[in-house]
Amino acid sequence: MTTHSHVGKRTLADWRHRGGGDYEHLLEFRDVSLAFKGVKALTDVSFHVDDGELFAVIGPNGAGKTSTFNCLNGVYKPQEGEILWKGESLLGKRPDVIAGHGIARTFQNIELFAHMTVLENLLTGRHVRTNVGPLAGALWFGSAKKEELENRALVEDIIDLLEIKAWRKYPVALLPYGIQKRVELGRALAMEPELLLLDEPVAGMNLEETEDMARFILDIREELGIAIILVEHDMGLVMDIADRIMVLDFGVEIAVGAPAAIQSDPQVIKAYLGEDF
Amino acid sequence: MRGRPLLYVDYNKEQSLFPTIAQKVLLAIGALIAISVPFGLVPGFKFLASPGWLQLLVIALIFMIGAAGLNIVTGMAGQISLGHAFFMGIGAYTTAALSGSSTEALWGMELPMWFGVIVGGLVAAGLGILIAPTAVRVRGLYLAIVTLGLVFIGQHLFRNWNQVAGIAELGRNWGPFQLSLWDIDGPTLDLATDGEWFGFFLPGQGKAYLFMLVVAALFLLLAKNLARTRIGRSFAAIRDRDIAAEVMGVNEAKAKTQAFAISSFYAGVAGGLYATFLGFLPPEQWSLFLSVQFIAIVLIGGAGTVIGVVLGTLFVQLLPRLVENFTGFLSDQIADGTWLAPIADIVIKTGSGDFGVLSLDAQGAGLSIFQANTVLYGLLIAVFLIFEPLGLYGIWLKVRNYWKGWPFTY
Repeated sequence: MTTHSHVGKRTLADWRHRGGGDYEHLLEFRDVSLAFKGVKALTDVSFHVDDGELFAVIGPNGAGKTSTFNCLNGVYKPQEGEILWKGESLLGKRPDVIAGHGIARTFQNIELFAHMTVLENLLTGRHVRTNVGPLAGALWFGSAKKEELENRALVEDIIDLLEIKAWRKYPVALLPYGIQKRVELGRALAMEPELLLLDEPVAGMNLEETEDMARFILDIREELGIAIILVEHDMGLVMDIADRIMVLDFGVEIAVGAPAAIQSDPQVIKAYLGEDF
Repeated sequence: MRGRPLLYVDYNKEQSLFPTIAQKVLLAIGALIAISVPFGLVPGFKFLASPGWLQLLVIALIFMIGAAGLNIVTGMAGQISLGHAFFMGIGAYTTAALSGSSTEALWGMELPMWFGVIVGGLVAAGLGILIAPTAVRVRGLYLAIVTLGLVFIGQHLFRNWNQVAGIAELGRNWGPFQLSLWDIDGPTLDLATDGEWFGFFLPGQGKAYLFMLVVAALFLLLAKNLARTRIGRSFAAIRDRDIAAEVMGVNEAKAKTQAFAISSFYAGVAGGLYATFLGFLPPEQWSLFLSVQFIAIVLIGGAGTVIGVVLGTLFVQLLPRLVENFTGFLSDQIADGTWLAPIADIVIKTGSGDFGVLSLDAQGAGLSIFQANTVLYGLLIAVFLIFEPLGLYGIWLKVRNYWKGWPFTY
């Protein structure tokens, strides 16, 4: 990975999470239930994710995969159950507070800041890890300039890692879909997360783009040690890279386990293919 | 790197405000011309040295501060605010109460102008913070309606609070447009009366122009710095995708509150300076029309960009002057009976029985020049929103990109 010796001392490699700490699991869902009036989106969902683990959530459309993410991010508030981050409850916290704990996310339908350039999008990801206020920023005073340069150097490392150098200064709205997905991943990485939520990172991509993205996901896990929860419909990708998989169907958890066990689970086959097969 | 102006080997250099030599040279030339205006030194700009034109330019510079404020909340943070006139009024009357002269019927503490203006900005910012929670609850058109309500509440308040705003139909006077440390009778930098500066005879407006040039440049620089640092980016994030911004760690309520507070501070300062410079204003001044003027500036200039504020303000402030000159030109054509006279006759109403779209005496049928300007603002806002959402700045980008690749199209 490129280092920029002339600016700051920190590089992407310094972020590497080694995990460990005074907690049982990095993230734990305990019997989480979410309902919109009569519609039950999640029913008693329980799972856990450990440091540096690549955990996949699969299931048919409407199974509650994105709802799981939204509960975790604080966008939805589950009616029952408990969500524990390093043993501490996340329930009732605002999305921006949860982001501050080190939980970053990409979205199923790209949610980039359309009027900003690639660089500005990634720099916005640094918001939660920096603290220059409006006055210091406007006066370009004190740590404001230093922080900007540090942010820039770190963001450049991410640009290197994700190979989006050529698009650095482009407004994101002009970029092709596959690149936008990468920029979104970069924006999440800029938050220096300990847990990364990827909502269908390869949806709508061709084989080549899918393989590129798979390589980036593995790079992020290996080099940065970030735990990942992956929601994806591309079974080939999920079976290839996930450590463990949870299967949801109509908001109910029907199986959790290693890829090989999931593939041969009769309930999973039933949920995906129907009764008669 | 000589000969490679776009090659950067240092983020510090690349992230500076004016990274290329060409930009620095242009900025220096622009600044020199701007400074020399009241002295009438640069050929081609000599006509600007008259008191009338300088008065117009001072008001334009004050409007630039106000517009930079609206640009922060509407252009950068995407919260449509029609309440800008209200915040300007608050700033103006706080300034009046602090730096105006007191009579039996009017409050005034005769403190220096700078103190009144800054406190005016702070009071407006405080009210902005009170309004901000509404912006967290409602958005888009609904927020526009809520802030529109502010203007009318303000009008009612200013019309009836006679100790501060004067008699409703008449208004009140502000303190002198001058800089003094604290004692108003002590050493002062007079910015209102004619006098000699740097060996040149300057009209009062010329001194005010130089002072406002510095102040406006400072406020624009602050706005630009804000835009390119952490808080400015959080505003833009809220504007573009509010849910994603929250998940990225931006506190929506805090960002909107900051945007309203900073914007209102700018408005308050602009209001205080505007009223003090003009010296006497009725409560009607802080009406919806003023808010619409600022919306027009931001949209025509290019929402979200600081250079757009400069372009938009100059355009919108010089427009009435152009309309005036144009109507003057047309009535001359009628008087002289030239070949343009038949067309001009349709446009200009000359006598009481004559048909004309524009009426110079503001009596009877036909639009007055003021009304014509209002119609033009509305028309221009609509035209720019439909054809060039990036405003004058967008037009400049297109021109620049065209010549960058010339003679090729890309």
